[in-house]
Amino acid sequence: MSMHKIKVTVNGAAEEVEVEARLLLVHHLRENLRLTGTHIGCDTTHCGACTVLLDGKPVKSCTMLAVQADGREIRTVEGLEQNGKLHPVQEGFWEKHGLQCGFCTPGMLMTSCALLEQNPHPSELQIREAISGNLCRCTGYVNIIKAVQYAAEKQQAQKEAAHAAA
Amino acid sequence: MPQPRTSKEISGMGHSMKRKEDPRFIRGKGNYVDDIQLPGMLYMDIVRSPFAHARIKSINSEKALKIPGVLAVITGETLKQYNLHWMPTLSSDTQMVLPVEKVMCQAQEVAAVIATSRYIAADGVEAVEVEYEQLPVIVDPHKALEPGAQVLRTDKKDQKDNLAFHWEAGDRAATEKVFAEAEVVVKEEIYLPRIHVASIETCGCIADFDKVDGHLTVYMTTQAPHAVRTVLALVAGHVGLSEEKIRVISPDIGGGFGGKVPVYPGYVIAIAASVVIGKPVKWIEDRMENLQADSFARDYWMTTEMAAKKDGTMLALRIKTVADHGYTNASANPSKFPAGLFSICTGSYVLQQAFTEMDAAYTNKPPGGVAYRCSFRVTEAVHAVERIVDVLAQKLKMDPAAIRLKNFIQPEQFPYKSLLGWEYDSGDYPKALKLAMKNIGYDELRKEQAEKRKRGELMGIGICSFTEIVGAGPSKTFDILGIKMFDSAEIRIHPTGKAIARFGTKSQGQAHETTYAQIIAEELGIPAAHIQVEEGDTDTAPYGLGTYASRSTPTSGAAAAMAARKIREKAKKIAAHLLECAEDDLVWEVNKFTVKGAPTRSKTIQEIAFAAYTNHPQGMEAGLEATFYYDPPNLTFPFGSYICVVDIDRGTGMVKVRRFMAVDDCGNIINPMVVDGQIHGGLSQGLAPALYEEMPYDENGNNLAGSFMDYLVPTSMETPNWETDKTVTPCPHHPFGAKGVGESATVGAPPAIANAVVDALSHLGVTHIDIPITPERVWRILKAKGVAQ
Repeated sequence: MSMHKIKVTVNGAAEEVEVEARLLLVHHLRENLRLTGTHIGCDTTHCGACTVLLDGKPVKSCTMLAVQADGREIRTVEGLEQNGKLHPVQEGFWEKHGLQCGFCTPGMLMTSCALLEQNPHPSELQIREAISGNLCRCTGYVNIIKAVQYAAEKQQAQKEAAHAAA
Repeated sequence: MPQPRTSKEISGMGHSMKRKEDPRFIRGKGNYVDDIQLPGMLYMDIVRSPFAHARIKSINSEKALKIPGVLAVITGETLKQYNLHWMPTLSSDTQMVLPVEKVMCQAQEVAAVIATSRYIAADGVEAVEVEYEQLPVIVDPHKALEPGAQVLRTDKKDQKDNLAFHWEAGDRAATEKVFAEAEVVVKEEIYLPRIHVASIETCGCIADFDKVDGHLTVYMTTQAPHAVRTVLALVAGHVGLSEEKIRVISPDIGGGFGGKVPVYPGYVIAIAASVVIGKPVKWIEDRMENLQADSFARDYWMTTEMAAKKDGTMLALRIKTVADHGYTNASANPSKFPAGLFSICTGSYVLQQAFTEMDAAYTNKPPGGVAYRCSFRVTEAVHAVERIVDVLAQKLKMDPAAIRLKNFIQPEQFPYKSLLGWEYDSGDYPKALKLAMKNIGYDELRKEQAEKRKRGELMGIGICSFTEIVGAGPSKTFDILGIKMFDSAEIRIHPTGKAIARFGTKSQGQAHETTYAQIIAEELGIPAAHIQVEEGDTDTAPYGLGTYASRSTPTSGAAAAMAARKIREKAKKIAAHLLECAEDDLVWEVNKFTVKGAPTRSKTIQEIAFAAYTNHPQGMEAGLEATFYYDPPNLTFPFGSYICVVDIDRGTGMVKVRRFMAVDDCGNIINPMVVDGQIHGGLSQGLAPALYEEMPYDENGNNLAGSFMDYLVPTSMETPNWETDKTVTPCPHHPFGAKGVGESATVGAPPAIANAVVDALSHLGVTHIDIPITPERVWRILKAKGVAQ
């Protein structure tokens, strides 16, 4: 099996590593970098538990090779909290009971984070569409939608506060 | 809803306290089995059978063993040396760990490859050569039970047919008499197809055997760690695994729903591999293995009949079931209940007679018979009765709400002795249904439906008024493999008034770390935030049978309250000592003992805890802790009334759930937010089999929905905005009046949805549609009735 040098920036830290050509990105993150927040639920791109952001866009890391991430930026659930401050989507999921077993949660958080970066004021239908590639077996999605709405409002409030302070 | 008795700071019962487990999950810091990496750990992958029934002619491991990094290939012959090639199921049948002679279902484990990485293990699986001789396949349980059918279980010497068991309950002759004399009889063939729990985390384990001291530690996706430890000791005691040397650790679990109760062959093979090799061995299923090989649910063919008077008075119920168990009876049922709690099938109604019987068949399908989020076959029973009630209403041209209100067990009839032997604890069925009708605007919906029908539009309203039976169970009747189904709690109060509590159950998302803390906070007044809850480690937690069948609150939750009350009794003695008064002079309020008539003279639980370690009365044991093993006096009977509104597209046959009102009664509530979350999830797992999920097999025993491509777990686009409400009828025998709630909605939702779809088509003469009610199934009916667009 051929080995390849890749340079991937994960949660802001650039790392050069040598990986097998066939190594999946999710296994690189989980086993080489020990970022185990990104989960594996189906191996076939259906469940979204492995969702990470690739240059800001949600991708399912179980069906992407690590070598395909060469020269790109990855953000995982471990990169959401900044300087001890939870990301608004993290707050929202906690506040609105948007998780139960927690297994789909990292993927849901990353998808929600990407949605809000692209569309800060999504409608309920837009939220439903955005998370439709992420399966949750516990919550029935209702509270996840509320969590994303909470995060959107929180983000808006933070922006307004920053604006006022400036 | 009653107001909480404690302050928000204490957060006892009734507070929607934010979950204590969430800070780790929202940071990606959960600790699931596959997150654990041990030094020197090896990986296991499994060779599985492509055929549903075949003789194994040879297994050739040579090529696999030549792959660098492949260390071993384990076959049935390897395990046979240790007499570990067969194991008992939870229903005292036998299951192959690895076969030595033949495979009995597709995806059955045939051999296991142990390697230094998961990729190399997968390479090894590809390289193992197995030669099969195909045998005739039986997939239809009715054919399996026909006289002269090929006997599948040739391993069982006394087995002369494919009958796994026959079971019956009720008075057959008396029921037949009522049917013979009844003015009205309705009958439907109701099939609840095979489905799969499909928790987002699959199953897996790490077996870590230490050859030096003989200790085995198994990190494992199990809902019942103590039961697993005992089963391992029983089946592998002869090879030196003694129970004190076995430690089962169930870390964070990514959803269970019953699928993580059984002991699967993969776990046992990984353990055997670790014992032989002396290194940790990790086995994690992929999704296809999970869907194709792990325990299924349902697969009941229920011929359901109801006898009644012309005025709609129900008289008798009769259900004959053919149950498909796959190649072995691996149902996770209490031993005295081979058909689980199916005898709850008389439901919420007063009847004169009832009789139910079941023939369980062996077929060439994977074994199982787990609950899919319900208490031992309650979903099947409720579907049968709630469907046949609607069929009766339709035949008599009665409103489905009216026929239910006419026949409900009335609130004053509780405790109510059911015809099939249960004592329903408490209930107010009319109140729940009337509240659901009011909330959803039932009368207006019926008017809307009539208007739409005139215009040719298809709209339906479906009701389900279910009674559940959960919280197994009283030890006189409930055991699994002989182990009684009590459960436990152990509480230790620290000197500074904080606490740690451990339980025999194991959360898989149910929020035990929060809700158990709230129970103790309610009883002792220690803030729930300062009560650390631990479960899942058999070395530290008290013994218990685990979490399934909505049993945690009825059993371990009760044990938490009882242990806390034992602590309060001791605290009272210490308070009397500190306040220099008689114990009888003290009154307990929220978090302190106060001297009667002297409100300034009091001692808080924190002061008492400190004294228990620093200033306890002479002659008293130091410390403040208690353990309680709670043996419930009865089961609990949560209930509810659900109303579903559907619209059907005449062009595609697509069913859209427009509204769904769920009124639940689970007795007193610990955490309203968590309860609603449980109901949302349960409703979604009721929607799933009602409209989408099915695990079908072709005539050769090939699984036709073996990945998430074909097994349709609902997404956010299919799942509606659930509407919920509650009535509160406390359980009279539970220490704090709770009943359990995790599974009510999975039980109640499918018949409500099915009844709504049939209601939409009832004017066309449709009386029943089997679930899942797919667009194709509906479209074919519309086409046949000439109303498809």
